[in-house]
Parts: sequence; C-alpha cells; structure tokens
Amino acid sequence: MALRLAHVGLWVHDLDDALAFYTGQLGFEIREDVTLEEFAGYRWLTVGPPGSPDVAFTLNVPGPPLFDDETAAEVLRFVAPGKTGGFILNCDDCQETYEELRARGVDFQQPPTQQPYGIDAGLRDPSGNQIRLVQRLPLRV
Amino acid sequence: MAPLPPDRHLLRAKDLIDARYAEPLDVEALALAAHASPAHFARSFRRAFGETPHQYLLTRRMERAAALLRGTDHSVARICAEVGLASVGSFTSSFKRTFGETPTEYRAARPPAGSFAPLPTCVLMAWTRPRSRAVSEKTGVGVAV
Repeated sequence: MALRLAHVGLWVHDLDDALAFYTGQLGFEIREDVTLEEFAGYRWLTVGPPGSPDVAFTLNVPGPPLFDDETAAEVLRFVAPGKTGGFILNCDDCQETYEELRARGVDFQQPPTQQPYGIDAGLRDPSGNQIRLVQRLPLRV
Repeated sequence: MAPLPPDRHLLRAKDLIDARYAEPLDVEALALAAHASPAHFARSFRRAFGETPHQYLLTRRMERAAALLRGTDHSVARICAEVGLASVGSFTSSFKRTFGETPTEYRAARPPAGSFAPLPTCVLMAWTRPRSRAVSEKTGVGVAV
C-alpha cells in the first residue's frame, strides 16, 4: 500500500484574499480554479508550492451546504487565532526567505529562530492559518 | 571557507525566474540577483544553462500558461497577465510557437477543467443531495427531519 499526499483542505475567510496571499505573496501556483455552475457557483480552487508539484491545498470558505451559518462562523472563529493546525514548508535559506516575504508584506509571528533541527520562522495567512518556514540542517551520518 | 562558485549566483537568477515569472522581470533585475553586469550575466547564463535568461523565463511562462488553460476557467487575457505578460497578442503568438496551437485551440482540444475537478465525495454529496423541502414538494410526502 503506497499512500501519497495529494490535497489538504484549508479553511479561509475569503477565496480572493487567500488566493492573493498564496500566489502573490507566498509564491504558490494555482493548480485548479473552476467555478461550477451546477453547484450554485461553487469554486474549486487549489494552490500549491512550485517545489511540490504533487501536493495542493484546497481553499474553501466554510458555509452551506456543508455547514450552516452558525457552524461556519464557529469554524472561522477557530481559524482566526490559529487554532486549527497548519502546515510546514521547507526552504533552502530561512533568513533570506523571511526577508523576501516580509518585503512582500507577509505577516510573521516569529522571526527565524535556531532550533536543534534547523532554523524555523512562523507566519500566518490572512485567515489565521499557521505556516512554518523551516530550513533543515543537513543530517549527520 | 571556499568562495561560492560563480554559477551559484546564476542558479539564484534561474530560481528567481522560476519563482517570480508572474512579475515583470527584466535582465537588469536578474543580473542583480546573480551579482553580475547585465551583458556578462546573459552570456554566463547561456553558457551555464544552454539558453538565454529571456528564453528560460518565456518557457516557464508558457509552461504555467498551459497548466492554467488545462486546470482553470480563467480567460486567456487573465492567464496572460497571470504569467507576467502584458500583451495578449504576443502571448498568443509565443504560445502558438511553443505548442503549435493558440491558447484558445489548446484549451478547446482538452476536456473542460470543471469536468475533472477532483471534488471529494463529501462535497459532491452535500451539493447533490436534494433539499428536504424540494423532496416533499415533488413527492407530496412530508419529510420529517
């Protein structure tokens, strides 16, 4: 059995805001973006980092028909302060990437910090999802 | 510590092209990333990678444009802007030169993106399940929920 990661869902408060952040600031690529008239204009929107062509994030605003308005608002209340998990991106040079992303207006909660496994910085997407940026130390053999 | 080989800087410019193809990159900006003068940079890039920085940038843009034509319902004009090109006319001719079809022909020859969007079953079930009220109106049978 060989399982491979394909899509990971992210809750966001607004698709266009999320798209501007993930493509314009973080440098992700649009993988799929289609509006399906047969599903009341539901927009299937996925983005992914160029370095991981097999993996994409599906961006969704919580709402009907999966959630009623109250549940949708509750989901966003958890996303906003970063309580819904997040994901980690590896990079070659954490400091350089941090400076480049900051220059593009990315909101960092933690600057690059030395950790036993490498250098790690923390940022958030506009909805509050947590993203870590990690430069791994080479493995000692 | 040994000094970085000059090709490391060229690779930085190449990575910049792959990452920032959507922006109006010119040779000056790329040369800056490679710590080289524009004229020297273009020559060294070609020697190292077998094509000019401009060709490398254009092929990246074409590769992304083709992916957007296959995977999205964005208009050709929007895709042109999304890959960092200003003129739809020159985008169309570059695309045709690269792929042998215009962007519109390329898209028309492939299944529409929506027909193979991998909507998860949970999403499909939620969208295709009839609302209770609609069912009761059709069948005339009250539905208790």
